[in-house]
Amino acid sequence: MAFFNILIFPGFVFLGAYALVLAFLDRKLYARLQNRQGPPWFQPLADFLKLLGKETVIPVDADKKMFVFLPVLALAAVTTSYLYIPLWGTSSLYPFEGDLIVILYLLTLPTLCFFLGGWYSTSVYATLGSVRVLTQLFSYEVPLFMALLTPALLAGTWSLSGITQYYAAHPLYILINIPALIVAVISCQGKLERVPFDLPEAETEIVSGAFVEYSGRLYAIFRMAIDSELVVVCSLIAAVFLPFYTGVAIADFGLYLVKTIAILFIFALFRSVMARIRIEQMVAFCWKILTPLALIQLIVNLVLKGVLA
Amino acid sequence: MKKRPGVVAGYAMKQLFRKPATIKYPQGDLVIEHNYRGKLSYNPANCIGCNLCVRDCPADALEIINVGTKENKAFECHLSLGHCVFCGQCVDSCKKGCLALTPNIELAGLKKADFKMKL
Amino acid sequence: MNSKRITIPMGPQHPSLKEPSCFTITLEGEKVVNAVVGVGYNHRGLEKASEMRTYIQDLYIIERVCGICSHTHSTAFCQAIEELAGVVIPPRAAYIRVIMAELERLHSHLLWLGIAGHEIGFDTLLMYSWRDREQVLDILAMLGGNRVNYGINTLGGVRRDLEPHMVDDIRQVLNYLEEQDKYYIDLALRETTLAARLGGVGRLSHEDAIKYGAVGPVARSSGVHTDTRVDEPYAAYSEMPVNVITDNHCDVFGRTVVRVLEIMDSIGIIRYALENIPDGEIKVNMPRKIPAGEMLSRTEAPRGEDVHYVRSNGTDKPDRVRVRAASEANWHGMAHMLEGDYLADVPIIIAAIDPCYSCTDRAFVLSDGNGGEQVWDWQRLRQYSLDFYRKRGVDASKLKIAKQ
Repeated sequence: MAFFNILIFPGFVFLGAYALVLAFLDRKLYARLQNRQGPPWFQPLADFLKLLGKETVIPVDADKKMFVFLPVLALAAVTTSYLYIPLWGTSSLYPFEGDLIVILYLLTLPTLCFFLGGWYSTSVYATLGSVRVLTQLFSYEVPLFMALLTPALLAGTWSLSGITQYYAAHPLYILINIPALIVAVISCQGKLERVPFDLPEAETEIVSGAFVEYSGRLYAIFRMAIDSELVVVCSLIAAVFLPFYTGVAIADFGLYLVKTIAILFIFALFRSVMARIRIEQMVAFCWKILTPLALIQLIVNLVLKGVLA
Repeated sequence: MKKRPGVVAGYAMKQLFRKPATIKYPQGDLVIEHNYRGKLSYNPANCIGCNLCVRDCPADALEIINVGTKENKAFECHLSLGHCVFCGQCVDSCKKGCLALTPNIELAGLKKADFKMKL
Repeated sequence: MNSKRITIPMGPQHPSLKEPSCFTITLEGEKVVNAVVGVGYNHRGLEKASEMRTYIQDLYIIERVCGICSHTHSTAFCQAIEELAGVVIPPRAAYIRVIMAELERLHSHLLWLGIAGHEIGFDTLLMYSWRDREQVLDILAMLGGNRVNYGINTLGGVRRDLEPHMVDDIRQVLNYLEEQDKYYIDLALRETTLAARLGGVGRLSHEDAIKYGAVGPVARSSGVHTDTRVDEPYAAYSEMPVNVITDNHCDVFGRTVVRVLEIMDSIGIIRYALENIPDGEIKVNMPRKIPAGEMLSRTEAPRGEDVHYVRSNGTDKPDRVRVRAASEANWHGMAHMLEGDYLADVPIIIAAIDPCYSCTDRAFVLSDGNGGEQVWDWQRLRQYSLDFYRKRGVDASKLKIAKQ
């Protein structure tokens, strides 16, 4: 059963398929917001298969082992983190105290893989891109962690399943967490490297940053990791901030799909209404606006915790 | 003026309910003006073989060949689509009105030989 | 070489460059400390080709100097030859030339707005402005027969007349564009991320704009009051209500403002021209052989001032044709604009002059003064290119290519 869970559902295969669906919806929504037709439904799958069939070129100066290993590690980390997120009902498959921390840690791994992948490919553009990946990581990670951990503070548990159960029992409390939700959604744009924070792969500036030397199968795996990360982040936000459940497993699963797609819509809207900002503007924005906002939320939740207790 | 991020959001949301401005090209309905400069057409009936069109063609795409005899002339027009720049100068130069431009723009071909044609 | 500095070649192939050119950029962190502009990858031999063909054939070569400002180039060329032949074009033809030129300005500025959006990652702006530009292109196709190289100019007038039913279509599109442009002006002034990316980058002060000889919107956004349409009216511009739009931001934001406001101004000019267009002939006959002489002709392209020089020798072929496209004048200040800004700003600064690479590329030969001709063989050319890049910090001779 565990084997089925890890490989088929809700693990590797389902995550991959859902990642392609969300990638399609993202592109279609982006296109329609721009008054375009957009791609057909199979486009992400076609892109993925095409990349798989392409030649994989490894630069001579690159560290071969790391170059091949990093995309796989990124995808593995994302897939693992998905197992700890509740999809139907209020409990994930293997809940334990502190799994929220593990998910956040596992979600940081792909970013590190992007950095190392760029670094090991020894190209100028890739190096610049990886430096940006790291700079960006230090800016959005703090507000993102604070925003996701403050609801946990109120719930009094570090377990994601515990948090969802707490908020499912007290649905009105989620209104308190709205500033944290805003901070989380904005800093997730940085985590997912999407406009306005897509500096690490800024196509018109540094070609595609850390991924510039990647091609063929290895790039396909990287793309899959990025698409899967989108699913995981949407699911994480849905689990922490939108704990609405019916109690029936199938209905809850349907509700989960609706929630993730709603969050995706906000992400797509974000992506289409803004310009990419510069790295120093991004750092300033994250530290001067997002972090104080998350801090205020933290203080509010601490006080409320005392009042409610 | 008060600045804020995401000014386009409202306008972008409106676009969701509008018909897309692009068409799915091979299937969609492509609107072409009737006077669009597309592929050349040639009517040999009035042609006197003066070669004014050939002289004025900036791309050397045209060729008027006499396939008949010296007394009984019959002309053929050979066009190299790969060279033609669709300027329509040959149409303006022709005193007899033998040449005309059609709005046919779907001229892509797979072989280079397809582009050399007899009109 | 300073170890803290890295040199990156932007180009000849780069996603932000629409045509090949190489900007060798030396960075300190993300700051540009030195920039070398390398154009010349796109030499097409236009001038020589024109000298080998007749005037009528040249018309279509000159029109293809630039894909976007094709009409202004051919207008400048036609004017020079009409002046040499002593021909005055009918007033209706002059009006049609103005209408085409202003429609071209509309589509060029809308295109630029989209490119600028794309360079700073604002693809939605690109899609919207190109969607609106499509309306202008449809109008141009209706008037001229083609979407970009309209081929409406001919020696001695224009080739196609403005039909009454077209006027209504043009007015409709103008109304739509006016509304859209108001929205873009509002957007440029109110969107935070746009202001953050465009404001203060690519600075070119008023003095520098004059020093480097900037033209067009680049000069006007630095407060230089220059516009060939007003300074030296051609075609029917002496009768048109042309406003010279200047701005004092002296940066990319200023260039954006100038361009979106110029769209409004152009709409006004087209409306005026449609209202007051005189009836009559659209073309007068021109001789095939042009009397000997030389002529300099200037027009205002969307990107700035185009200068054409034609020398004739009494035959039906020109003796010498020289084209100075607007971008050529704006390249000189480029290195100055790039220095001191961030790497992230390089694409938008380059895009802000609305560069046209193949329009500018001309070949010239340095002779030793004794009439000696230099012939370089392949080895010498290769050595020259290796040395050229080594001086700029790129060692191409040691480049290894991965083996399969």
